[in-house]
Amino acid sequence: MNITWYIVLSSLLFATGVLGILLRRSPMVILLCLELMLNAGNLALVAFSRMVGNEQGQVFAVIVMVIAACEVVVGLGLIVAIFRRRLPLNVDDLRELRG
Amino acid sequence: MSVSFWAWLVLLFPLLGSIGIALGYRALPRKAAGMIGTAAIGLAFACGVAALISLLGEDPEARHHASSLWDYASVAGLDIKLGIYLDQLSLFMVLVVTGVSTLIHLYSYGYMQSDEGYHRFFSYLNFFVFSMLLLVLAGNFVLLIVGWAFVGFASYALISFWYRRETATRAGMKAFVINVVGDIGLVLAAFLIFRELGSFDYGTVFAKAPEVFSTNQWSVTAICLLLLVGAFAKSAQLPLHTWLPDAMEGPTPVSSLIHAATMVTAGVYLIARTHILFVLAPTAADIAAFVGLATLLVAATIALVMTDLKRAIAYSTMSQIGYMVVGVSIGAYSAGMFHLMTHAFFKALLFMAAGSIIAAMANEQNIDKMSGFGKAMRFTSITMLCGGLALAAFPLTSGFFSKDEILAYAGARGGMYIVFTVLGYFGAFLTAIYTFRLIFRVLPGKPCPEAQELIDTGHVHHAHPFNPATGEEEDTDVGFPGAEHHIAEQSAPMRVAMAVLAFLALVGGLIQVPGVDDVIANWLDPVFADSPLTAIHPSVEWSWIGLGIGAVISLAGIWAAHWLYIANPERPRALEARLQGVHDFLFRKWYFDEAIDFLVVRPALAIGRFANRVFERLVVDGLVTGTEETVRGTSGVIRAVQNGFVRSYALLLIAGFAGLALYFLLSSS
Repeated sequence: MNITWYIVLSSLLFATGVLGILLRRSPMVILLCLELMLNAGNLALVAFSRMVGNEQGQVFAVIVMVIAACEVVVGLGLIVAIFRRRLPLNVDDLRELRG
Repeated sequence: MSVSFWAWLVLLFPLLGSIGIALGYRALPRKAAGMIGTAAIGLAFACGVAALISLLGEDPEARHHASSLWDYASVAGLDIKLGIYLDQLSLFMVLVVTGVSTLIHLYSYGYMQSDEGYHRFFSYLNFFVFSMLLLVLAGNFVLLIVGWAFVGFASYALISFWYRRETATRAGMKAFVINVVGDIGLVLAAFLIFRELGSFDYGTVFAKAPEVFSTNQWSVTAICLLLLVGAFAKSAQLPLHTWLPDAMEGPTPVSSLIHAATMVTAGVYLIARTHILFVLAPTAADIAAFVGLATLLVAATIALVMTDLKRAIAYSTMSQIGYMVVGVSIGAYSAGMFHLMTHAFFKALLFMAAGSIIAAMANEQNIDKMSGFGKAMRFTSITMLCGGLALAAFPLTSGFFSKDEILAYAGARGGMYIVFTVLGYFGAFLTAIYTFRLIFRVLPGKPCPEAQELIDTGHVHHAHPFNPATGEEEDTDVGFPGAEHHIAEQSAPMRVAMAVLAFLALVGGLIQVPGVDDVIANWLDPVFADSPLTAIHPSVEWSWIGLGIGAVISLAGIWAAHWLYIANPERPRALEARLQGVHDFLFRKWYFDEAIDFLVVRPALAIGRFANRVFERLVVDGLVTGTEETVRGTSGVIRAVQNGFVRSYALLLIAGFAGLALYFLLSSS
């Protein structure tokens, strides 16, 4: 099977994630889109690993998953904190740190 | 106990006293502060005596000790230790300084009793003595400069002691600025010494100087002239003397301390200490001697017309320091130091008596308003008379022997140095006149209202809170002398101090009488043995002829003062009217203040104004404002990016990465 299809799928997933981050305002969805981007990267890594024929790419993919898990923990924690303080769950309204 | 141990203790006690009183001012009652201050200096004097006793047990040639506690500064090629150097000269100074200072502390204990700043006063006073002792005992030029600058600061603090008086703060600043001019001279001299000789240490410098320098080589002359700038500023010699009369704004014990025991004698000590350099630079030594002579005469003439009691005595101090500077510059080292000692006795005493009278006058210092204190204050007037006799070199008093010894030496050296003898005697004549002018105008006659009040009621006239010099209202909370005043007649500590000094002023000269005994000269000679000038000795016959001339001149001066101020009190006024121009010239102090104002202060102010208007406004402001505007503009752009929208940050991030990726893709293909 040609590697091209894997790369195309990965790119499409990545672009979906980017668009989601840029266009959606809900922090929950942004977090999901981030995951999507990370997994797009994972897919590319695994595909390249199969193409080259060793396991290094797969190891990287596992590390990325760990990082993704950490990031989700922090992100969800933030969202819960925002929710508890009864702040709007809308990233455009949370802009106190502007210069 | 070694000699150095005692010397360190001499330094330690005043320092402890100063710090202790300063830290404990809330806890210590007034009396305790005064006692601690006095005891600290008294202990320092006792340690000085102990050092003297252990030095006496040694061979006269070996009576010098260097000792150091730790490294003060140790960098490449430079090794300065926190070290002291004790020999006959520095011990002599230590004894004079601590001895007279102890009595002055005792006097202040009574005199300052009702002052608001009693603790502060004693803390400063102890610090002053500590600084002076550090200056005297320093074992290298760096420590000398440290002590030198400390003395300058302490004098500033004490002159502006009543710091709510504008005149006092101004006088303090003036003293400080002029002293800093001297400090600069001294520092530059130390730099030159290090450059030429590679050391700051007294021992090394004085041992190497004769090998390195040839006579009158420019470098050694420059060193000596720079040292002289320092010495002249501290010792109030022309033209750096204008701070000294203004320093009379301080409390009277301060005048006594500055003008008798410490500070002004520092310059004389410096010249004596570095006499080897001055032997190698005879030109500089001659310049010093002539400046001393000029100061002696100028100050004596000004003292003739001053109407401010303390200022007149201050000018007399300048004049007497002139004698000492002449002495140590022309080679009469031990005579100069001898005069320094006797002067410390009688001048401290005169100031104390003046302080007592000023207290009775409720801080008024104008002698035109004083008269008849002879009846009102018997003890004060007797001691003042003792001091006056010694200052006027009345036969057999202390000033009589010490002053004439300098003049006899100048005569024995011969050549142009005869000038010093002749003009020195003329100065002595003026000295006798101005001294007894003060005494005749203050003591006899019809009592003035304040003196009458003292006779009638036994109460001292009490001041209203106004500065008598300017009429300015005084702040009674801080820096106020207090409404109550203390005079010697009613205060035992003051009486003790004055009685001891009066005794010393009268008989202190007997320790060195030509042909009879030579205590001071024998003691100091080993220090000055390396100077060829010590070989010159006036013969005993000539010395006694000189003393005879001195006696005649002194009596003539006293008679002249009597003729002027007692026999016919209208005469001085008539004389003033006839010699209006001369009187004005002298009364304005030879226009020195005006000349310095014109030559130094105004140009400096003009340069400052120019710098402010042109340089500051255009260059400095331009640079500063320009930088500020640039930073503000750039940060405005960056601020616009930080808009707080997470999504726009993400867009920027992604666009950036995309741009980078594109760049690498394009550049790799």
